[in-house]
Amino acid sequence: MQYAILCYHDEKVVCAWSKAEDEAVMAKLTAINERLAREGKLGPVARLLPTTAATTLRKDRDPPLVLDGPFAETKEQLLGFYVIEAASLDEILAIAKELGAANPGGSYEIRPIGYFVDGSRPG
Amino acid sequence: MTDQAWMSAVLNAARPRAIAALVRYFRDLDVAEEAFQEACLRALKAWPTNGPPRDPAAWLVMVARNSGIDHARRARRHSPLPDDDRAVSDLSDHEGPAVERIDAADYRDDILRLMFICCHPELPATQQIALALRIVSGLSVAQIARAFLVSDAAMEQRITRAKARVAKAAVAFETPGTVERAERLATVAAMVYLLFNEGYTVPGPGSDDKSALADEAIRLARLLLQLYPAEPELMGLAALLLLQHARAPARIDANGEPVLLAEQDRSLWRRPLIAEGLALVDKAMRHRRPGPYQLQAAIAALHAHSVSAEETDWDQIDLLYGALERMTPSPVVTLNRAVAVAKARGPAAALDMIEPLAVPLTGYFYFHGARGSFLAELGRTSEAREAFGRAISLARSPTEAAHVRRELDRLSQTATAG
Repeated sequence: MQYAILCYHDEKVVCAWSKAEDEAVMAKLTAINERLAREGKLGPVARLLPTTAATTLRKDRDPPLVLDGPFAETKEQLLGFYVIEAASLDEILAIAKELGAANPGGSYEIRPIGYFVDGSRPG
Repeated sequence: MTDQAWMSAVLNAARPRAIAALVRYFRDLDVAEEAFQEACLRALKAWPTNGPPRDPAAWLVMVARNSGIDHARRARRHSPLPDDDRAVSDLSDHEGPAVERIDAADYRDDILRLMFICCHPELPATQQIALALRIVSGLSVAQIARAFLVSDAAMEQRITRAKARVAKAAVAFETPGTVERAERLATVAAMVYLLFNEGYTVPGPGSDDKSALADEAIRLARLLLQLYPAEPELMGLAALLLLQHARAPARIDANGEPVLLAEQDRSLWRRPLIAEGLALVDKAMRHRRPGPYQLQAAIAALHAHSVSAEETDWDQIDLLYGALERMTPSPVVTLNRAVAVAKARGPAAALDMIEPLAVPLTGYFYFHGARGSFLAELGRTSEAREAFGRAISLARSPTEAAHVRRELDRLSQTATAG
């Protein structure tokens, strides 16, 4: 089963990290990612730019409305995601806990994936 | 990251919102700050055991109000505290409906007001910046003193004076109207830009402390943009700072000497900052309401896009500077434009463009430096030498002078070779 781990955190806190703190977190996460990749479990991983860089398309009307900023104003924002192959909820939870220990604060939402197209692989 | 580092990051992030709400409540910077400090101390005790609250800023405001009220009473202030319909009577450290009500308050205008208070027009720019760093960003007096290369005592005095001056100023605490809000935003944006420039430095003592100012300016620019996400000039400001700051690692060489844009190793530029800056420029353009920050950001974006100085779209930069000149006429803008013109249309056109600047910029280092290089390119060697000599006499630092001396050396080599 493929899972998405959606990473939520207060971006004000993450943006307040010093460059050194940010790099330390990224180094720990990269180590875990590399292991998952060797085990053939790692799909796409993305870190998103701050929500100030976001644009929202409200498509519930015609023509759609283009708005500056994130879709919803929340205390914690979607800052990134992982796609990971895991055999069970227990396994993906264990992986999420490991990632979480390297990157404290915030929450991970774990969502099983129903449909996935790996655009990077032709055919 | 340790628990303590994480806690201080949370407290730091919550600070502008919390202080802003407390200033509205107490109408006094010192009381608000003191109350916030106490709330932070209680947070450091309570959070490790109880876990962090869901909304740290609201938690801090509530606890700070509780402790701050006592201080205000002790100080027997002349002005009575405002009646607040959201008054929290039975305060506790626990989150509850009261927290939600505080949170519902319009904190956008609170934060803008707090930053605006620091920009009082009677305060010289350096005091505005120092006050904003102390009050909004929460930097210690010692940190600010290091960045400004003055003693702690001198900075303490400067901040105390600035606070006293703004305390006397009547700043409206009512929700600002549209025009007033726009004026406040423009003033605050200018202060953030000044703060960034203060941190944009040449190498030397205190350069790390200075560079912290640039980080802080970016944080404030992002904060403003979070509060007012559809303001294209705020997108432009944030983009400008991000794109310029992205070049910081390439601006200084291994010997600590400054490196000109044309000679920088562009692989050292910080790509995530560039990506964010470019995204913001794109977003701003969509509004078709150009302004000075957007134009400068667009110029910086063209540099960020180019793999080298030669590959840069100098025609487009010339056009953008032309638009900037019309919007904010200034000899320095024209001088910058001339540098692009020299690349796009040749040194003769650039020289024509700057001739009228000879009087207004007669004491300006960069004018004579640029004029010297245009003349050198045209082969007018003795005039170029004269201009470079004038630039050296106006240099404000040995590194500036050294840079022009290299130009002079190059001139002699070309003359010998020719």
